[in-house]
Amino acid sequence: MYDFLTGPMLWATFIVSFGGLLVRTVMYVKGLNWQLDRVAYRPNMKYGIRGGVRSILAFIIPFKARLWQTRPGFTLLFFAFHIGLLVTPVFLEAHNVMFRNAFGFSLPALPTGVADGLAWVCLVGGLFLLLRRIAFPEVRILTTFYDYLLLVISVMPFITGLIARYEMGNYDFWLAAHIASGEIWLLALPFTKLSHVVLFFMSRMQLGMDYGIKRGGMKGTDMAW
Amino acid sequence: MPEGIFCNKTPINTEEQLKATLGDKGGKQYYEEMNHLDVDTDKLWSTIQKTMKSRTKTWLDICAHCGLCAESCFLYQVNGRVPEQVPSYKIQSTLGVMVKKKGKVDNAFMQMCMETAWSKCTCCNRCGMYCPHGIDVGVMFSYLRGLLYSQGFVPWELKIGSGMHRVYRAQMDVTTEDWVETCEWMAEENEEDWPGLEIPVDKVGADIMYTCNAREPKHYPEDIAEAAILFHVAGENWTVPSEGWEQTSLSMFAGDWECCKDNVLNVYSALERLKPKRAIGTECGHAHRATVIEGPYWAGRPDGQPPVPYIHYVEWLAEALRSGKLKIDPSKRIKELVTLQDSCNYVRNQGLKDVTREILSYIVEPGYFVEMSPNKEHNYCCGGGGGFNGIGLYRAQRNVALRKKMEQILDTGAKLVIAPCHNCWDAIRDLEEEYKIGIRWSFLKPLIIKMLDVPEHLRPTEE
Repeated sequence: MYDFLTGPMLWATFIVSFGGLLVRTVMYVKGLNWQLDRVAYRPNMKYGIRGGVRSILAFIIPFKARLWQTRPGFTLLFFAFHIGLLVTPVFLEAHNVMFRNAFGFSLPALPTGVADGLAWVCLVGGLFLLLRRIAFPEVRILTTFYDYLLLVISVMPFITGLIARYEMGNYDFWLAAHIASGEIWLLALPFTKLSHVVLFFMSRMQLGMDYGIKRGGMKGTDMAW
Repeated sequence: MPEGIFCNKTPINTEEQLKATLGDKGGKQYYEEMNHLDVDTDKLWSTIQKTMKSRTKTWLDICAHCGLCAESCFLYQVNGRVPEQVPSYKIQSTLGVMVKKKGKVDNAFMQMCMETAWSKCTCCNRCGMYCPHGIDVGVMFSYLRGLLYSQGFVPWELKIGSGMHRVYRAQMDVTTEDWVETCEWMAEENEEDWPGLEIPVDKVGADIMYTCNAREPKHYPEDIAEAAILFHVAGENWTVPSEGWEQTSLSMFAGDWECCKDNVLNVYSALERLKPKRAIGTECGHAHRATVIEGPYWAGRPDGQPPVPYIHYVEWLAEALRSGKLKIDPSKRIKELVTLQDSCNYVRNQGLKDVTREILSYIVEPGYFVEMSPNKEHNYCCGGGGGFNGIGLYRAQRNVALRKKMEQILDTGAKLVIAPCHNCWDAIRDLEEEYKIGIRWSFLKPLIIKMLDVPEHLRPTEE
């Protein structure tokens, strides 16, 4: 089981996941239409890129956009969740050992304590994101089963990973569960709303271009996102 | 019943149809007929497939349902923060469902969509600034309005409004003759106080071609006179076209894209005919959006720009004050608390936030200008944008919508509100009528004229 999950299955997962995300990115750009979107992308590319980059930066830097300033509590949870979710798996020692075995090189690894901390931060962040869906009427009305499912898919690798790491119960079982849930998460990326891992950048870039081109950029005024 | 006499899928194209529909007071029969109007689901779905591109698709798809857009919407705020007013919910429950069902929706659903699109969103685009994913619900509502219009589900006044544009190429029944006569009349009327005042019609090769909002010749002709006076004092070489003078677009609010294109091409052809160095539009936000910001795309201009540089009135005014073409008598500056309404359509939609403040620096005694909070691109809609002001069916909802602006104005303590946009001006007038908070409101033109330091040679000779 372990060999299958870390062998052919892992390769298939990588290909489908990263290939799929690439397809979605290309489809997004190809599906833009200057006339229907009412943004002259090509002739004003310079203004567009400038606006797009400003727009992305405003939303990936904590507390930069007005939105993040108005909701400090949410902002902390949101960034904690996302940083934990993205940083932990890439820089985890155990993952890098596998990486070295497969490719002969590896990324710098996080000290175990930090990795544990980040994993917990991610879990707690995820829990609060789930609770706010239940608690706040303006979020509850939007929330569907699908939103809960995606949250579960996203945190499952952390839950199983932590159980395996603290060696609670049957280690082999939890390790396999961890790998499988990680693969499910990767496979879900291109096919679900989790595609926002790349489409966030595309959509943000597009609206930034819109603002940078016709909504002020060419008039010399930058929008205060 | 498939289609009614007034409520149907065919746009109003003749004067006769227009008058008949107008005769149906308040749209009584129109809305009755709407209850029986069939949805052409095949056509709806094929239109969506043809026109819904990756931007809108992705927006509907990746909306994280996080609810962060809620507080950004003034309609959510003034309606008791009910979850049904969350922007994401409003679009997901309408356009979102329409797409999910591949256009297989019924009459009741379309009527719910109509109510949402025209009474729960003013297309002010504020939510787009607060969505982490960059989803602009206002843009999607404009799109939904187009789909609804094509199926005949549009408020009575806006069906008529776009009909007006189709028949007269103006939002009101102002014909070319009416317009030219009004210009002549206004020039004559003010000649005595402003010797040499002219409103030149169809002058080829002028520096400026001026265009306006049909409400002006129809209801406030003094606004045209005021523009003429200011151009005259500034010594501008200007003209107005006899055809293509009307730059508003109720068809944009109605979702009648074909008509939008026809109207803006009419204005652009005046530019091509008269070859001015540039064009200046009146103090109107949606007119500017229609002719300068969205218009080039309807007309299919790949650079997204009108045929000649086309600016909003506030840009010209700031320039005239800056360059000294217009001089303000310092003793006549405003010496009472005054605030400024930022129009969504040229502030959030074209970044013209600083020029208006530059104008105020010339005309308001330092210390008397109070900003609303929030302001500039973070401002709130006046409460009547996107056609909301004109729709009788949703008057009660519109009156609730005015409360946000009322609170903002009251917080400034100012009794005078400067609103360089027709629609904001109307909304603020209505808010005073409705809530009686004791404020006055004004365009920039009349204020500036009162404060001008008029050069000797332009003054009337004393008898």
